[in-house]
Amino acid sequence: MLGLQEYLQSYYSNPAVKIEQWEKHEGLVEVPPHDLPGILAYCIAMRPHPIWLTHVVNDERQLGNGFCVYLVLHFPGKDFSLTLVAKGIKSEFPSLALIFPALNWSEREAQDLFGLQADGHPDPRSLVLHPGWPKGFHPLRKDYKTGKESKDFKRAPLVFPEMHGDGIFQVPVGPIHAGIIEPGHFRFYAIGEPVLHLEAQLFYTHKGIEKLIEGRSIEDGLRIIERVCGVCTVSHALAYCEASEKLANFEISRSVLLWRTILAELERVYNHVGDIGNMCAGVGFALGNANGSQCKEELQRLNLEFFGHRFLRGIVVPGGMKSIPGPTESQTIRSRLQELSDDFEKWIPLLIRHDGFRQRAVTTGVLKPESAVDLGVTGPAARASGLPYDWRELHAHLLYPELKVKAMIEHKGDCWSRLMVRVKETRESFRFLHILLSEGMKKSEHRPEIQKSFSEHRMQPWQPAWGCVESPRGTDVIWLMLDDESKIYRCRVRSASYANWPAVPLTVPGNIVPDFPLINKSFELCYSCCDR
Amino acid sequence: MWSLLLRKLSMGRLTQKGGNSLRSHKSSNLPSSFRKSLQIRHLDCGSCNGCDWELTASINSIYDLQHFGIDFVASPRHADLLACTGPGSTHLLNAARETYEAMAKPKWVMAVGDCAIDGGVFKGAYASERGIGKTLPVDIKVPGCPPTPDDVIKALLEFMGKK
Repeated sequence: MLGLQEYLQSYYSNPAVKIEQWEKHEGLVEVPPHDLPGILAYCIAMRPHPIWLTHVVNDERQLGNGFCVYLVLHFPGKDFSLTLVAKGIKSEFPSLALIFPALNWSEREAQDLFGLQADGHPDPRSLVLHPGWPKGFHPLRKDYKTGKESKDFKRAPLVFPEMHGDGIFQVPVGPIHAGIIEPGHFRFYAIGEPVLHLEAQLFYTHKGIEKLIEGRSIEDGLRIIERVCGVCTVSHALAYCEASEKLANFEISRSVLLWRTILAELERVYNHVGDIGNMCAGVGFALGNANGSQCKEELQRLNLEFFGHRFLRGIVVPGGMKSIPGPTESQTIRSRLQELSDDFEKWIPLLIRHDGFRQRAVTTGVLKPESAVDLGVTGPAARASGLPYDWRELHAHLLYPELKVKAMIEHKGDCWSRLMVRVKETRESFRFLHILLSEGMKKSEHRPEIQKSFSEHRMQPWQPAWGCVESPRGTDVIWLMLDDESKIYRCRVRSASYANWPAVPLTVPGNIVPDFPLINKSFELCYSCCDR
Repeated sequence: MWSLLLRKLSMGRLTQKGGNSLRSHKSSNLPSSFRKSLQIRHLDCGSCNGCDWELTASINSIYDLQHFGIDFVASPRHADLLACTGPGSTHLLNAARETYEAMAKPKWVMAVGDCAIDGGVFKGAYASERGIGKTLPVDIKVPGCPPTPDDVIKALLEFMGKK
């Protein structure tokens, strides 16, 4: 990262730019708020295009820093992550959304929750808080003691763009949908069957988790973090543990790394097979749905039997694992997975050779690579548009470097490509699990002391730390700062769904309204971890 | 086509046995016409989607909720029971009330999961209630985080007097 460092050093003439920390894989640079757009523009002009990990606004007024904006970028290929921090913001900060549209939602969220103004933001509508909250309700400000404001929430009409012209009509759908689905409101602007424009109004399941978690201990916080999203439990927990272990400067033993990798892959497999089945449900293809859900059920039963929870909750703990299966259990898990993997190879051809299904999925819901880059799309959605971004390959963590993970990519960016990316990744994950569990079978001689004295380690206060894990939907990033009593001062959850949702409405125009369930399910985004 | 048929033959029956009893063993407070079949409408009131996935799992080929005469329907107008998950997020409460009002009488409400019962881990969040019971009259509670499909099915069968 020489060029970047030199560029930033050239700012040394400006004493306000401070390189606080610059190590092999991470850097922290303080810049004045008004220089942020220029430095960001320089960074994102680099090739390969950097990816955003998270964007955090933090109320540090009690530290004398005013409000601060932290922006974490990752430079693929170099495994380098740069945190740009702008301190001393009073009431407005320069909007970066026009330079890097991926930050659009995050800045709108900061406007809602902190009452700051994103200066120059192209779409300053409220996002996270629906219209109807009392004026001046900015819950993430530290001096705002939340209490019974939810009683003051009065329903107010949502704001949608207007559209005029012959034959244009609107189809409002939701927030409550037919079926067992999470809530969100979609407004289709259609001419006949084809969709002209789609507006998605989410955040119906917004609960205020980021405020709730403040002031809790690391262990208490984990219970909530595991429940940010029901099906990405392990990814969120691992990202959270990675951040807290960075703050404690805590080394993880190899067997813990091994089993954490196994858990992450188990989570990917059960989600991917379920998601493949759900895509079939999106077009009413019962055979595919039935096979996907059976396979998912078998995997979840395996989770329950060996790890105590169908969604793998409560196993990852800061500093280690709650329990680690022994060699015989590893062998049983491995042979059970082998059976499921063999079965997978039997039912997958039934779907991907089905003409009716192919015809619905091919060329439907295309996400262009340039849109994916601009909007910071992550996970299978990005890889289906040809972007070779897989966090397991980009960043050396857990045991992934040994597994030599390669990003599975497709190029068309349509629903079919997103399906095929999942199929390939499921195969890869089964293969990784086989390798990892073979190692688990050998490790008989030494049982690791679990969670050895993590709580005794001193955690660095007032230091930012992030953790990032590739969940089945893309990168889940947790950003953490603790106060001097080791309680959580700020915890920002940027889930894969949060990064990907803004891209979904772009893929719909030109398709017909009945294709939307398929497009939606091909992204398979979660509302809960987006809304928090 | 042949491959489909072969797969079907080789798999055989998937649905787990046990509990497929159509006669009432215990008394139920439900009117008799609801003891054999029950139509459910799912309502997500801010859950983490764990409970929702478990409800989805209850209709897979292994649990096969439908063979008990229970099914999920697409509209509250068709439903006898509202299965609520999540603690009751503020943004959704109006829609939740309207969904309940849209159901024909007699109607019942089931709180699925710890959050729906008392708020669970989300107790005290600024945009969330402590369970759906503050908004809708709850008749059945199924605890768990999340409750397994077996728990949900057992609670439903007990409610109908089938088990």
